[in-house]
Amino acid sequence: MNEQLLSLLLVATGQTLYMVGVALLATIVIGLPLGVVLVGTEQGRFLSSPFGSRRAGIVINRVLDFVVNLGRSVPFIILMVALIPFTRLIVGTFIGPTAAIVPLSVVAIPFFARMVEIAIKEVDDGLLEVAASLGASRWQLVTKVLLPEAAPAMLLGLSTTVTSIINFSAMVGTVAGGGLGDVAIRYGYQQYSWIHIVSVIVIIFAIVMVLQGLASWGARRLARRSPRKPASSARMQRADARSTA
Amino acid sequence: MIALEHVSKTYGGIPAVDDVSLQIPTGEIYGIVGQSGAGKSTLARLVNLIERPDSGRVVVDGTDLTALGTGDLRAARRRIGMVFQRFNLLGSRSVRGNVELALELDGTSAAKRRARAQEMLDLVGLGHRGDASVHELSGGQQQRVGIARALAAGPSVLLSDEATSALDPETTTSILDLYRRINAELGLTVLLITHEMDVVKSTCDSAALIEQGRVIESGRLTDVIRTPGSRLTSQLFPLGPIPAGADPRAAVIDITFAGGTADRPVIARIARDHEVDVSLLGALVEQIAGTQAGRTRLEVPAEAASAVIADLRGQGLIVDVLRAAGSTQKGDAA
Repeated sequence: MNEQLLSLLLVATGQTLYMVGVALLATIVIGLPLGVVLVGTEQGRFLSSPFGSRRAGIVINRVLDFVVNLGRSVPFIILMVALIPFTRLIVGTFIGPTAAIVPLSVVAIPFFARMVEIAIKEVDDGLLEVAASLGASRWQLVTKVLLPEAAPAMLLGLSTTVTSIINFSAMVGTVAGGGLGDVAIRYGYQQYSWIHIVSVIVIIFAIVMVLQGLASWGARRLARRSPRKPASSARMQRADARSTA
Repeated sequence: MIALEHVSKTYGGIPAVDDVSLQIPTGEIYGIVGQSGAGKSTLARLVNLIERPDSGRVVVDGTDLTALGTGDLRAARRRIGMVFQRFNLLGSRSVRGNVELALELDGTSAAKRRARAQEMLDLVGLGHRGDASVHELSGGQQQRVGIARALAAGPSVLLSDEATSALDPETTTSILDLYRRINAELGLTVLLITHEMDVVKSTCDSAALIEQGRVIESGRLTDVIRTPGSRLTSQLFPLGPIPAGADPRAAVIDITFAGGTADRPVIARIARDHEVDVSLLGALVEQIAGTQAGRTRLEVPAEAASAVIADLRGQGLIVDVLRAAGSTQKGDAA
């Protein structure tokens, strides 16, 4: 392996990590609250009447649901092109790793918001009653009960999200976004260099593996749990029989 | 004191709680009994307004909860602890963390929280398991954590929603013992929602029987068992249906013995005084609200029935006529 290739891969890996890292940060910062609001504004849930208005809750829920679905259904390569004016507005250019962060975030935010939504919906309704019975405010319900309880599932969802950000970051290379995808296209595709393709695959695979491993480990640590023990149904049946006697 | 005044709650047009009025005196262990689906759990949730009633008032310690705004209601709820059938502990927190949650919500300082949580865990006998994960605990231990959490904020009322229904008989006994101790030591009013008559018998001072969202009967158990025709009493003494094969014309009566009348030799005396053969169809002796009480089911020949019943009532015994003399149908309880 020559030195030129090595430094090329190093720079590209750095660019990929930079794009993915910043996009991931934006995804968490925006996607997490988005997911919480998406669940909360569902009818009968904790934010179903924000500002005391049920109508507001329904409207917010419908709008967010639409936006999230839209963001998830447009193919990335089209989204990337469609976003060029928006990217220009924010970053000043649409070329280079920094510019690539914008479409990467835009595609990952709705994806992660859905993951957050699913994770929060899986929190046992009984815990919502606990929070209410202890006099929790909506904010306390979210921060002290829902988010900690949903954290393991959210972390696993986050690792799936990162994987797809990495995937899309390679595609960004096609519009000169830089990074490993750019290397694969320019050297691998246009110059038929197998060594470049294989190197890129190995590096991306390694990044994904490390992140997945970290996420799984973190989720286990956060969960502290073993499967819930089922209630003794035999006991309940016996008691039922007695009370109806 | 908890007062429910004409409280109703409907789900999709079906009344879950229907015009319920109850007075629950301070410091009592008060049982709400009824079968699954009778509306007991909804009733419990109306007391701390986790479910808001469609109509009626809920007054706890002089405060009308139904009239409070969000912030005041949250503060009022901290004065009402709640224990759940499925424990509802947070898997993301340690045992101590679960108890501390109750105190984090009202901004108690970390040091005070820790001390108070330890105090509560000591009270429920889990002082040494504070750092454990809740999933390492048995069902009974988890419920103790649930009770410690419910007590942490220093409530005046404890709502227990089928707290022992998922537990085995021994664990149930130990949890009920804990309730009695808490009731005695802390002076807490305990509202015990249950479908198990045994729980009422062993633990409650008073009880209300709920059927289809309505209160059928309520009162102190010592009074209830002295009330002729009481539905609660017949559930406290599960003698079952009248056995087939008995003389179809004979009267069948239940005699309830409460307190001072429990140890009189009634049956032998009736047989002697009225010169009739009475058959014993069933009998039970129970500890109810700390006193011994019994119920005896007798078959009395038709010709002597009215004289025997009048005689027994004359002595201050509670007589329920399950089947009147000469009829083959089940009669009304007198």
